[in-house]
Amino acid sequence: MDAHAAHAGHADGGHHEIEIPYTVHARPDTGVYNGKLGIWLFLASEVMLFGALFSTLVLLRTSAPNWPRGADLLNVPLATLNTFVLIASSVTVILAWAHLRLGNLGKGKLYLALTLLCGLGFMVIKTIEYTTKFAAHHYPSSDNFYATYFVLTGLHGLHVLGGMIVFAYLLLTADKWYAQKRDQFTNRVEVTGLYWHFVDLVWIFLFPILYLL
Amino acid sequence: MYARDAQRTLAEALRVADEEHRDQGGHRPSFIRQYVFSTDHKWIGIQYAVTALLFLLLGFSMMLLMRYQLAWPGQPFPALLAKIMGDSNAPGGMMLPEFYNQLGAMHGTVMVFLAIVPLAVGAFGNYVVPLQIGAPDMAFPKLNMMSYWLYLPGGLLMLLSFLVPGGAPSSGWTSYPPLSVIAPHGQTIWIIGMVFLITSSLLGSINFIVTIFQLRAKGLTFMRLPFFVWAQLITSFLLLLAFPPLEAAAILQLMDRVAGTSFFMPSGLIVSGEKYVNAGGGNPLLWQHLFWFLAHPEVYVLILPGMGIIAEVIANNTRKPLWGYRSLVGAGIFLGFMSFVVWAHHMFMTGMGTAISAFFQTTTMIISIPSVIILTALIISLWGASIRFTVPMLFALAFLPMFGIGGLTGLPLGLAAADIHLHDTYYVIGHFHYVVAPGTIFAMFAGIYYWFPKATGRQMNETLGKLHFWGSLIFMNGIFAPMFLQGLAGVSRRLYDGGEQYMHARPVLHTNVLMSVSAFLLLAAQLPFIFNFFHSIFKGKRVGSNVWDATTLEWGAATAPPLGHGNFEVMPVVYRGPYEYSVPGHTESDFIPQNVPDTDTPPAPAIGGGMLAPAAVAQKEA
Repeated sequence: MDAHAAHAGHADGGHHEIEIPYTVHARPDTGVYNGKLGIWLFLASEVMLFGALFSTLVLLRTSAPNWPRGADLLNVPLATLNTFVLIASSVTVILAWAHLRLGNLGKGKLYLALTLLCGLGFMVIKTIEYTTKFAAHHYPSSDNFYATYFVLTGLHGLHVLGGMIVFAYLLLTADKWYAQKRDQFTNRVEVTGLYWHFVDLVWIFLFPILYLL
Repeated sequence: MYARDAQRTLAEALRVADEEHRDQGGHRPSFIRQYVFSTDHKWIGIQYAVTALLFLLLGFSMMLLMRYQLAWPGQPFPALLAKIMGDSNAPGGMMLPEFYNQLGAMHGTVMVFLAIVPLAVGAFGNYVVPLQIGAPDMAFPKLNMMSYWLYLPGGLLMLLSFLVPGGAPSSGWTSYPPLSVIAPHGQTIWIIGMVFLITSSLLGSINFIVTIFQLRAKGLTFMRLPFFVWAQLITSFLLLLAFPPLEAAAILQLMDRVAGTSFFMPSGLIVSGEKYVNAGGGNPLLWQHLFWFLAHPEVYVLILPGMGIIAEVIANNTRKPLWGYRSLVGAGIFLGFMSFVVWAHHMFMTGMGTAISAFFQTTTMIISIPSVIILTALIISLWGASIRFTVPMLFALAFLPMFGIGGLTGLPLGLAAADIHLHDTYYVIGHFHYVVAPGTIFAMFAGIYYWFPKATGRQMNETLGKLHFWGSLIFMNGIFAPMFLQGLAGVSRRLYDGGEQYMHARPVLHTNVLMSVSAFLLLAAQLPFIFNFFHSIFKGKRVGSNVWDATTLEWGAATAPPLGHGNFEVMPVVYRGPYEYSVPGHTESDFIPQNVPDTDTPPAPAIGGGMLAPAAVAQKEA
């Protein structure tokens, strides 16, 4: 029986996998599983990436003879709406994880879908913002205000898009993975959620610095 | 004890059963899965090693072309070399200055990003770290595969830039704007290649840190880690945190080049007599800050894994514990922290002001302390030892004074006043090449000779190894020592004719021929190594699993551990520190491997084979 199961596994998975310790459950002395430590390290590097771009903005702005106020040129109400959309998605992703953890696959999927929807909403609003800017002939090459605006929000937008792709993948494979490897799937939602909170946090910094100051 | 034996037997039986199952069922992983897109850290390490060694040879060849030009400016190249460079780069065998600049930029890029770091971290880190911490593989095997497959295309992309109109990037490996922004298309390819390499090293560094934190064997506490693992851990943190600012800078430079922004482009720039059309208001110094924020930690990325290898080789060949293991670890961590606050000592001449210069001069003097601690601890480790002069040990012994010269000649460069004279001269080139060439590259050679028997089950030839060592030592000094003289005389590092047109260079100009001849002889000295490397894979002397009588865990694994099976038949348990050589009172051998229990803890078995050290097991098997 076992041999048959193994055969089926081989036919399915392709080849023999080595068992790596602590992929699913936490190592007692470090208190985390591999993926969680990995995502925290990745976020540390992301802090350095956005840190460098924020420093660029500070340096260019302080050394410029005149620099416009963000509120005069950018659409503050739309950005405020976007802030709430993104914060809402941070709540839904936590709820998705909690429901998966408690065994409610249906609700977990619902909240994953809501998170994805919020991400989509954010991107739609962002696109509206960009198109109005382009229509008014404001491009990255216009001046350094717009250059930093487009690069910072653009890179942040790419991060949102990346998160959405992962959420879509999780949503599509949820039934299969949840049945086979429930803990592992829940962990994946958790680490994606950590990333999503970070993307949210970057926006929390971007919004006042670019739009309000 | 019996439980352990039973466990071992069971694991062996399972392994055999698994193998039979594979042989009968034909479920062997495909060739592509095993050797091309492998997820086994050992094979990925070998992929990295071979690729990086090829890039090392390529970067060296670029330098040889430059050295020929410097020694004999205004004379045509030999027909063969002229043919390699092509008519567009060397019409009539005369190298064009533009091509010289391309070679200069690409030599630096290839050596730093495609040869040394992938060899030190990708190859040695991948192969040795999981074995040394008793792990079955890296924490994320698929990410590991991905990081190699981002590195190779990134590297090939960089080389592709030679073929686009305008040729390869020619703004130096530092790619300073505005020059790099107005440069031809090769520079865009350089930036995209860098994004590949940065992503690759990001995935790699996360993988290493998680592996070292999470997959350490039972009993392997942090203070029992071999120094090599510590060095890789610190290196990974540097790569993780220092590379993203360069990625940001690369994105901004790409925007400057492609989208017409002016992050690094000042207002009112005149290019070739015409006003450069852009919004302006950017700051070229911003690039330098972001670049050196990576590139100074990168210097320690280049040297730390080398120091780790040297520590392993010295402990093993002096047959005694490393002197000051705790100081080594502490100094390494402090070095890692400090490397983030010294970057602007590369920018004393940019007019950033005396206050900032004084700050970075101070931090630079402070960072020399941990380097000196590490070097001193390694030198004191030699004291009173009965040294085995194996080939890896020869390279390790040469590393110490060579790295010493490289490090100490850096001090005048870190002092702002002295730097005014030495900045951008051959002195700088001599300084960092002493650190990286007879420093890091010697450490890499030591590592290759040291771990070759583990990877292949065969030892490299000693005589050829010694030939390789002495040739490399003599000719590397022949190349780099005269650079100090030229630099002190004020010869600039970027002259296409070697300084012929400058009066002040005349008294030291004759050393160009010495350096260039040494460079070509250095190539000749690598031939025994290249032959030895490939010959020994197939024909080298067969050796047991612990050929050097070493203590760390990798030597307890099978010889040439099979791919796709994990590393250890039984998960090792660690009972002691990494360097228990010549332990007083231990008379059977002069070393105790980390996974051998203390003799007094488990009761001695009354009957049967009793407790065997892995070395003894290996001997029995052999």
